[in-house]
Amino acid sequence: MSLESIATRVPRKPTPSFWRNALARRIAARLLGGVLVLWAAVTLAFLGVHLAPGDIVSLLIGEQVRTAAIEAAIRAEWGLNEPLWLQYLHYLWRVLHGDFGRSYILNTEVSHLLATQLWPTIKLTLAALLVSLLFAVAVAVTTAHRRWGRRMANAVELLLASTPSFWMGIVLLFVFSFTLRWFPVAGDRTLSALVLPALALGLAQGAVVAQLLRRELERALDAPFTLTLRAWGVGETTIRLRHALRHAALPAVTLTGWLVGGLLSGAVITEQVFGRPGLGKLTVDAVLAKDLPVVLAVAILSALIYVVMSTLVDILALWIDPRLRGENQ
Amino acid sequence: MSPVIDIQNLSIRFGPHYVVKNLDLQVQPGESVALVGESGSGKTLTARSLLGLLPDGATLSADSFVIDGRDMRQAGREAWRALRGRRIGYVLQDALVSLDPLRRIGQQLADALSAAGQRGALEAQSIKLLQAAGISDAESRLARYPHQLSGGQRQRALIAAALAASPALLIADEPTTALDMTVQRQILQLLAQRRRDGHALLLISHDLAVVSELADRVLVMRDGEVVEQGRSGPLLARPEHPWTQRLLRAVPTPATRGLRLSATEPTPLPPRPQPGNAPLLEAIGLNKAYGDRQVLNNIHFRLHPGETLGVVGESGSGKTSLVKVVMGLTEPDSGTLLLEGSRWDRLHEKARRARRARLQLIAQDPFSSFDPRYTVEKIIGESLDSAGIFGDARRQHVRQLLDEVQLGDRFLDRYPQQLSGGQRQRVAIARAFAPNPALLVADEPVSALDVSVQAQVLDLLADMQAEHGTALLFISHDLGVIQHLADRVLVMQNGQVVESGELRQVFDAPQHPWTQKLLQALPVLPAWRPAVA
Amino acid sequence: MQATLQRVSFSLPAAVWAAIIFLFLVLLAVVAPQWLAHSDPLLADPLNAQLPPSAQHWLGTDQLGRDLLTRVIYGSRYSLLISVAAMALAVLFGTLLGLAAALSRGVIDELLSRTVDVISAFPDLLLALMLIAFTGPGTSNLIIALGVASVPRFARVVRAQTLRVMTSGYVEQARTFGLSRFTLILRHILPHAIAQVPALATLGLGTAIIGTAGLSFLGMGPQPPTAEWGLMLAEGRNYLRNAWWIAVWPGVFITLTVIAVNTLGRYWQARFEGGEA
Repeated sequence: MSLESIATRVPRKPTPSFWRNALARRIAARLLGGVLVLWAAVTLAFLGVHLAPGDIVSLLIGEQVRTAAIEAAIRAEWGLNEPLWLQYLHYLWRVLHGDFGRSYILNTEVSHLLATQLWPTIKLTLAALLVSLLFAVAVAVTTAHRRWGRRMANAVELLLASTPSFWMGIVLLFVFSFTLRWFPVAGDRTLSALVLPALALGLAQGAVVAQLLRRELERALDAPFTLTLRAWGVGETTIRLRHALRHAALPAVTLTGWLVGGLLSGAVITEQVFGRPGLGKLTVDAVLAKDLPVVLAVAILSALIYVVMSTLVDILALWIDPRLRGENQ
Repeated sequence: MSPVIDIQNLSIRFGPHYVVKNLDLQVQPGESVALVGESGSGKTLTARSLLGLLPDGATLSADSFVIDGRDMRQAGREAWRALRGRRIGYVLQDALVSLDPLRRIGQQLADALSAAGQRGALEAQSIKLLQAAGISDAESRLARYPHQLSGGQRQRALIAAALAASPALLIADEPTTALDMTVQRQILQLLAQRRRDGHALLLISHDLAVVSELADRVLVMRDGEVVEQGRSGPLLARPEHPWTQRLLRAVPTPATRGLRLSATEPTPLPPRPQPGNAPLLEAIGLNKAYGDRQVLNNIHFRLHPGETLGVVGESGSGKTSLVKVVMGLTEPDSGTLLLEGSRWDRLHEKARRARRARLQLIAQDPFSSFDPRYTVEKIIGESLDSAGIFGDARRQHVRQLLDEVQLGDRFLDRYPQQLSGGQRQRVAIARAFAPNPALLVADEPVSALDVSVQAQVLDLLADMQAEHGTALLFISHDLGVIQHLADRVLVMQNGQVVESGELRQVFDAPQHPWTQKLLQALPVLPAWRPAVA
Repeated sequence: MQATLQRVSFSLPAAVWAAIIFLFLVLLAVVAPQWLAHSDPLLADPLNAQLPPSAQHWLGTDQLGRDLLTRVIYGSRYSLLISVAAMALAVLFGTLLGLAAALSRGVIDELLSRTVDVISAFPDLLLALMLIAFTGPGTSNLIIALGVASVPRFARVVRAQTLRVMTSGYVEQARTFGLSRFTLILRHILPHAIAQVPALATLGLGTAIIGTAGLSFLGMGPQPPTAEWGLMLAEGRNYLRNAWWIAVWPGVFITLTVIAVNTLGRYWQARFEGGEA
């Protein structure tokens, strides 16, 4: 590290001539970054199994009884007699084809387990995402720069953000399912079964986004370009919704990647509270039973979802803010 | 015809605190009026009140507040919206932030047009507006974002949008402050054209020279009140109010060379010792490039002890890179830099350390050059580290310096956030002189200051320079300031020194077209010479 | 900074005072629960099971007849100790990582940043679950799992702050005084780089408390009959129809504690972030 590097901002190098479209370049860079992270996740999973203390066969069997037949099956599947690097390549190959191996505890193909349990969790996460975003936008737009609205919203958001989503789920269950009987108590049979879990999960995270969105909205409403809009005679509501919101959305969009991650892990717990099927029960049971193939598969899957989400989010950010595209004058 | 603006006894206050008092303002159709004042004089708030755009918490009262024939004192939102854009247009400074950076120019012009009630053929109208504002190749500009246009084009686009509905009056609030002088000239020409075409203009500015070129009538404001008003020619040539006189006297020009800018009577500055012979700083063929961009191209110059060398350049001229190379913060790609005869460029930092006390820097923005956690005492004292002065001796030294820059002991414990712009610059000057350097490099040290404060700071700099015998390398885009204090000058453009020499020689008989262009761009005050002693 | 601190301490808003008082009580519950509670949190008393809140049992009794208030008070120990320990871990490693990445630039920066990216590719709770799958449930494993999951947040902020300060005007100015690299880092860069950490750590504590409760709820933390908030919620879930208080009260205390911590953290953030240029 040179002293020069401490205080000199080096200007960006000019674009090489063959990549004309700066936007395409940036998107490609993001995609590459995502693939890299995914590859690292898969590698870590592989290393985790091989570096964890104890015999690999025991690890994979978990708490089951160890028989010669099962041991032979494991050795064949994981290629434990091969050199390590070959095992690794085989593992990569299999993962790329969606083959996550076999769970010896549940005696099923892991990919089969994932396929059946994935959709309910995705459903819940999407519903909660919708709740979060609607709540955040509605609250932020109506309370930005409004003295009393702000104070109330701040208090409500503090309460919601401090409440554990699973406890909110318990309370909602008690009030609306057990006492008022408006919603089913457990399961995933009807659409109304989605309402309470989505609310419990979405409101807590939504409160955090609402805070950020309102602060950015207020900053945008105080900015010089807003003054110009007002001077042109543009109406206040139009300014709020069409112009200021776009500015405020930018930092909020970058938050969405984190948001989805949080919703996904929250879904795991919420499913337990509401007795819903999904990855939640699958993962928790697998962790407690030390069913490693399942655990690893869920880990890789969640990394995949996160990478896809954050890449989409990055691309969305590039679309919203043209300054990030790096196009020259 | 009835006036466009007819205001009598306007007051604007925030709670009990008055920011504008007893203001009378009339603008006739086709007339060009200017509100002149420093920051805090109330001129911007007055302008914003004409559009109902005062900030929250402001209370307005007036005996008469008639805009475009309507009494707007109790006007509701709809009444104001009918006025904005359609009858009165408003242009802010710095189009980079005053235009929406996330939207294309074409979209924003369409916004302005629709808000003004125009329908249909928005694109064609937008193109016409841009062309009327003097933007070439208007059609392709529509698809661009503000950051993709040059500073001048952006400002023109902003003006074009304000004129979307052909308002009777255009209010321009410091329209040229963020621009280079040559670009400023273009905008001034645009506004002058409007004036010739018979449109009314209300100009808000702190720059008296700009005002003198554009305004028929001038109102001088101070602390919320109008201290003097009248036709611009006579007022600027023979001002009556002491404040106006002080403002005019504070403007640096060739006529103010050797005189104090902040005194009430023309007073000479202390004489400086003759510059020495052996050069203090010598640059030989300096080159620096960042990728494809050549920021310094074959730079040669010499600076003698005690001398003031001015460097004139606009943005992109390479002056910032020059500062960094001279201060040893960046290495040149090739060429040599000699400080007091020995090599200064491309040295290992350890070798430089001992000599760093010989040259000090006053940066463009003093506030960002202060660690916000440090008190004034620590800030000034830090430059004494290399001089090896600590403890009580340091404290003494710091107090002495504070005294020299005319700040009292009570400033020792203050934090930068608690100081005004002028005070911060004084602290920066005190810090720079602390190790008693042979050379002071000042990078646009007064550009962000009000004229009266700038005058004080320039006088202070002159006093300290005379006292310590320090050489000064003064970088500025302001030709007036350079003409006021430089002995010799370098004119830079695109990384090259296009002209250099004795000040009078370069500016009385400029050889290079760029120097000529700079001089033409400079707005000039009507001759008002203070009585020479 | 010293002057600003003095100005602050006597003019705190009421909400912050309330938060401080509440947290003091919680601290008391953690350190000396026997002063506040009067029964044994572990002793079962089946005859008095599932009693609603009353004069003898302010919050009621749980499914095994234990006084709920006592269990809630004792339960604070695990929840808080785990959260604080996890946060301390995250702050230490996150700050070191962020500083190292920003100060070294180049390859090391890339390497460290990518590592942080990979850790943050797994959502907090899921990462913790993965780690527990390898190590098994239990208190110390929970601390490590939560701590590791929270490292990226601090590493990123510290790195961004350090980079920002490294290119700031005052660091550039300090170079012209001939200060050594080491002095520059120690005097100017370091204090600013970690300036936001205390506020972030306080806010992160709130998330950690919820995370601890969540993981315990799933059975990953201390095992029964230990009194721990998340565990009590899980147990109470099954008695919701008839004895709602068993599941509701622990949640109330979790929420109140997190509100107090968040109030403090936000106040800290608002107060001292203004001081950063």
